[in-house]
Amino acid sequence: MSVKDKGEATAMPLAMASVGQEVTFHSAHGGRGFQHRLAEMGLTPGISFRVLAKGSPGPFIITVKNTRLLLGHGMVHRIRVSLI
Amino acid sequence: MKSRYTIALAGNPNAGKTTVFNAITGSRQHVGNYPGVTVEKKEGFARHNDVELNIVDLPGTYSLTAYSVEEVVARNVLLEDKPDVVVDIVDSSNLERNLYLATQLAELSVPLVLAFNMSDVAENRGCNIDEQALAELLGVPIVKTVGHKNRGISALLDAVVAIAQDPAAAIAKQRRPNYGPEIEPHVKQLTDLIRQRCRLDHHDRWFAVKLLEGDEETARRINRLCPAHTEELLAEADRIKHHVEGICGDPAEIILADRRYGYISGACTESVTQTVEARHASSDKIDAVLTNRWLGLPIFALLMYMVFQFTFAFGNPAVDFLDGRLGELRSWVIEAWPGQGVLESLVVDGIIGGVGQVVVFVPLIMLLFMAISILEDTGYMARAAFVIDRLMHKIGLHGKSFIPMLIGFGCTVPGIMATRTLEARRDRLTTILVLPLMSCAARMPIYLLILGAFFPPRTVFKALGIFNVTNQAMLLFAIYLIGIILAIVCAKLLRKTLLRGEAMPFVMELPPYRMPTVKGLAIHMWERTWLYLRKAGTIILMIVVILWAMATWPALSETQVQTFEQQRTTIAARADLGKEQIRDRLSEIDNAELEAGLEHSAIGRIGRAVAPVLRPCGFDWKISTAMLGAFAAKEVFVGQMGLIYSVGADADEQSHLLRDRLAAEYSPLQGFCIMLFCLISMPCMVTVVVTARESGSLKWALLQVSYLTVLAWVITTAVYQAGSALGM
Repeated sequence: MSVKDKGEATAMPLAMASVGQEVTFHSAHGGRGFQHRLAEMGLTPGISFRVLAKGSPGPFIITVKNTRLLLGHGMVHRIRVSLI
Repeated sequence: MKSRYTIALAGNPNAGKTTVFNAITGSRQHVGNYPGVTVEKKEGFARHNDVELNIVDLPGTYSLTAYSVEEVVARNVLLEDKPDVVVDIVDSSNLERNLYLATQLAELSVPLVLAFNMSDVAENRGCNIDEQALAELLGVPIVKTVGHKNRGISALLDAVVAIAQDPAAAIAKQRRPNYGPEIEPHVKQLTDLIRQRCRLDHHDRWFAVKLLEGDEETARRINRLCPAHTEELLAEADRIKHHVEGICGDPAEIILADRRYGYISGACTESVTQTVEARHASSDKIDAVLTNRWLGLPIFALLMYMVFQFTFAFGNPAVDFLDGRLGELRSWVIEAWPGQGVLESLVVDGIIGGVGQVVVFVPLIMLLFMAISILEDTGYMARAAFVIDRLMHKIGLHGKSFIPMLIGFGCTVPGIMATRTLEARRDRLTTILVLPLMSCAARMPIYLLILGAFFPPRTVFKALGIFNVTNQAMLLFAIYLIGIILAIVCAKLLRKTLLRGEAMPFVMELPPYRMPTVKGLAIHMWERTWLYLRKAGTIILMIVVILWAMATWPALSETQVQTFEQQRTTIAARADLGKEQIRDRLSEIDNAELEAGLEHSAIGRIGRAVAPVLRPCGFDWKISTAMLGAFAAKEVFVGQMGLIYSVGADADEQSHLLRDRLAAEYSPLQGFCIMLFCLISMPCMVTVVVTARESGSLKWALLQVSYLTVLAWVITTAVYQAGSALGM
């Protein structure tokens, strides 16, 4: 069973997460190139990260693998996460 | 044994690649471009124990996929130029992310050395790395370095030379990620197939992995290298991909990325111990303020204000100083020149007047670029992108577009080059198309000339005893603001018409805050200033000479010159006029002759031909002539006006004379219209060339030129006609 199926029931858009929350990356919608790019930056299915700052509806800052990533506006709706 | 090797430096952005490059090469480096693309190519030389090293700095990348120009360039250098050794600069305080590129380099089977840079930062953060253990786990030598303190550089070069002398052994020792029982056998199988069918040096495994990732660039390369078997190989890769995706449920390239990170994390668990938790504590604290929902934007605005304040407060006195020296140089040359003639006119009016004017503004450029470098090197620039994203999104762009735009205030050309970081083509094109509306420093001389001529400084209001706002400052601010507003409107329109579509999502790494080093700032600033100076020395010099020739020839005919000479003799002979009156009349004749000569010249004729089109904007043929010069480079406008009015005039009075002549001949409204037209109208030639090259087609460059020129004409005409109607 893939990571994807495990979290399907509890998955929600990242936009709904709040600052300080720890979440698990579930999936991303968009082209394959976009998904690959995220994976190379360390956002692979099953990885957990913390939301550091959010602009509503603006971008998010998250920490993953000890670095901070800026996720642009619009991405937060395409990324699905589940709460830990 | 060879005594000369080529070394390529690879590494993530922000890993301190530049500092290591500088530490190795010192000042022996030069910057150019990779052929065909405007990705900067830095090369340098070093000598280490009688071995000569040729260092190539690859663009900073996170991986070796083919999504951005940088990645493609880095890949091509590795596969085609085949450097003797690749040094991967790793940020030791950010190990996992940085080792991702290292695993890909190992997969590519290139002779590799890892430089664990910023090892001091990692240690301060309580991160203990057992380099020896990690080097064994990865099968790659590791050297600790601190780039900006020159620490570890000699040891790094020792390791590099050792690898260069026996690359085969080094590659044999390297370990590559194992993709697990579901995938690894298939990767091996495809690798073997490729090895049987094609001769690809020792890159077979790399090609196999990239084919599984669906990398189109790699498919094309295989097609080039072994066309007979491409179809078979692609079909096999496709079959494996479907099989793997069926088992694992995710796209193959994502599973592969995941496994690579798994491999890295495994290696790190065994060799890295973390003694202190919360490694980014201080950066987090700063971020809590700088990216705060309410404070972020005001702080951003304040910093931007400070950038410009800094630039102009220190820049203007320096510009004035240089301007004075330029005037002295002019007088000196005129005095020292034997006799009068065409060559003197070329040197004094063409070269000193034209190129000198451009060089005088170097302090402004340097200071602006220094301020931008400080924002970049401390890590604030990425936060600015976050803070401004919400506003940028409203005009259909995102926060990342802000950085090229800020650079555009210095010079449009590096601004356009900085759009390379925008991955989505539509975002990039929109940004490039509106970039010339950010008023670049080259337009400053025009504004200063006009403000000086038509708007003598007076205080408009004072506040708190420190703010002393003059009418000149307000007009200047208005011009910049008009440019920004037009850019917003145009970007929005472009996004609704030609470049329709959602703003592309973007991911960007926020580097930890760092103290910039003086050396780093100096190099950063100098690189950009040098581009500007080089432009002055090459393109502008050439254009100024051409324009000067066009303004000098064809000269007036013998009979015409004689007519003026006769008038002079008549005036001088009249007894009824006083000395003063005679002198005035004579100088009137001189000016009339000058104007007739200019009208007669090639540039005057072109100017006259264009003039009817520009008349509604309030411009006569002389301004039109100078506007043509401004297309070559904006700064040329000033030199051109000077040329039109200064030939034959007393040299040391030149700048005042030009201002007085302008003020006598035109109204302040016309002056303002000149500023407006120069702000909006067609970007300079260099911008057009770079736009064509960066967008990949002349079409976009032509669109940029034509829409901006039409816009300038419409707005300037509207302002001039409305102003005239109001009796201004």
